[in-house]
Amino acid sequence: MIEAAEAGPPLRRARLRLSAAFWRRPWLKLTLLLALPAVAFLLVYLGSLVALFVSAFWHVDSFTGKVVHAWSWTNFSTLWHDHTYWRIAFRTLWMAAAVTLTDAVLAFPLAFFMARVAPRRMRALLFVLVLLPLWSSYLVRIYSWRLILAKDGALNWALNGLGLPDAGLAYTNTAMWIVFSYVWLPFMVLPVYAALERIPESYLEASQDLGARAWRTLRTVILPLALPGLVAGSIFTFSLTLGDFITPALVGGAGSSFIGNIVETKIGQPDIPFAAAFATVPVLVMAAYLVIAKRLGAFEAL
Amino acid sequence: MSVQERTEERHLESSPAPAVSLVGIRKAYGDVVAVDGLDLEIPVGEFFTLLGPSGSGKTTTLRLIAGFERPDEGRVELGGADVTNRPPYARDVNTVFQDYALFPHMTVAENVAYGLRVKGIGKAERKARVEDVLRRMRLPGAGGRKPSQLSGGQRQRVALARALVNRPQVLLLDEPLGALDLKLRQEMQLFLKSLQQDLGITFVYVTHDQDEALTMSDRLAVFDRGRIEQIGSPAEVYERPASAFVAGFVGVSNVIERGGKSFAVRPEKIRMSDAGAEPARGEHAEAGRIREVVYAGMVTRYLVELDRGGELQVVRQNLETSSAEALDQQGRNVILEWRPEHQLEIDPEPGETEGEQ
Repeated sequence: MIEAAEAGPPLRRARLRLSAAFWRRPWLKLTLLLALPAVAFLLVYLGSLVALFVSAFWHVDSFTGKVVHAWSWTNFSTLWHDHTYWRIAFRTLWMAAAVTLTDAVLAFPLAFFMARVAPRRMRALLFVLVLLPLWSSYLVRIYSWRLILAKDGALNWALNGLGLPDAGLAYTNTAMWIVFSYVWLPFMVLPVYAALERIPESYLEASQDLGARAWRTLRTVILPLALPGLVAGSIFTFSLTLGDFITPALVGGAGSSFIGNIVETKIGQPDIPFAAAFATVPVLVMAAYLVIAKRLGAFEAL
Repeated sequence: MSVQERTEERHLESSPAPAVSLVGIRKAYGDVVAVDGLDLEIPVGEFFTLLGPSGSGKTTTLRLIAGFERPDEGRVELGGADVTNRPPYARDVNTVFQDYALFPHMTVAENVAYGLRVKGIGKAERKARVEDVLRRMRLPGAGGRKPSQLSGGQRQRVALARALVNRPQVLLLDEPLGALDLKLRQEMQLFLKSLQQDLGITFVYVTHDQDEALTMSDRLAVFDRGRIEQIGSPAEVYERPASAFVAGFVGVSNVIERGGKSFAVRPEKIRMSDAGAEPARGEHAEAGRIREVVYAGMVTRYLVELDRGGELQVVRQNLETSSAEALDQQGRNVILEWRPEHQLEIDPEPGETEGEQ
């Protein structure tokens, strides 16, 4: 080591001395490694969350239209007493749950096939196919669905060609459900794939060896071990749906407003404190969701 | 099923059909032939070992018995019944896996009870049998723990318990001691052997460790390149190896060529004395020079270059020799002697000899 540090060209010597200095002071290495993400996390990430929570307790003076920087429960009281907001919150939650369940049901067999059955080349192809939609803009994909589901769109054209009546899906909650399930599917497939791929083949053989048929092995060995992947995927699909406002605006109908749409409208008024108050609802729902997932033991197999 | 078939089946059950019988098995993965022309009969209650280097087909043979693989040709029989087309869950055998394959999300007790639950055995009996087998495996009170909280040796015994609690006709063990350290491994060898004798269950044991095979087995089959080179008791295989491969794999490869023939001599059968000494009458003698000395605690190994060509290993117990004295022997001229009956003529070409009882 000493010889190495004292021989060779000057640049190489300097580099060796520097790395030796880092080796002697592990805390210095750690500080340099974490400085940037720590600043970003504290200022940008936590800072905006704190700003959200604080501003939710301010309110807008109805005469002047100015934000009053004083603590009050005004916004939360309005949310609590107006049934419209309850309905919108439940619609948002219900849709997030339906989309999550749909994606889990669709993703599991596909991920299982990719992880444990498909030969290497087919697996690569399926990966590309699953990820392909993410390469194009989210807006473009939602507009395409608008065209597919429209009254004179591709879906009805195909149905009419087969002699069937119109599907009548344009601007409905069903249309939203289809589009959400489509756009968030890759976010479910990938974590479930990762979880299934990690299960050693010998576990499945051991289960068979002990007398279990395929269905029982799936229920008692594969599903519990894939649960962390399913929960990770559901956190994506659930929270992405919960916070969305573009899909309801573009493919939803008159009665399809989400929490996000109200937030957007209120910001435009501008009533930022009320928008902030309503925006805390998805945050609290996600917190509760994580607590329940932990209670159910979803992270134990990690 | 006709009456005649039924009587035949009963006849088969009452006759002492072998626990495992493999007939004309061949299994290939693509172009790679894993086992070829395999015939094997294992009687009930035997401790039978499949011994061979990695890639010799021993694990494939075990997986064929368990049902994880289907043969391309040939038949697998368990207790006289053809099970070639039966899936693993319909075969009365259980496996102890090399990586133990304990379910990480279940406790030890849940792992062990798994097979019983699948079979729909009631809760009370399940509990009693799990406790009994855990006690037998010297794991009392471990039932509530997760596999990740156990040591390697304990996991190994949980894997054994999980298989044995089902009281299978045949227990298959795939290098179960490979991950343990030497001391624990030797302890487990004796434990497994006495367990097998207590239970009377047929054990089929896969290993690449010749000491393990010689210590534990009633009989063993030596595998090389997808074929069985020799089947026999440990003494038969060790003392009368059927081929140069067996002689080299089971024990030390101590083969010399004399007059166009190959001979094997076990290193512990060779007596070594100083160059000037008079050879004893009736013994075979060879002169040589000690090329290397390896001190190994209990014994010392000497590599002796023979004047007439070839090299032999000699093992001597360190009865009264110190390590310094042993190491001092290097470079000395010696005479090696052994009794003619300890010199075995063997087939020089490995792989061409068919297995022989």
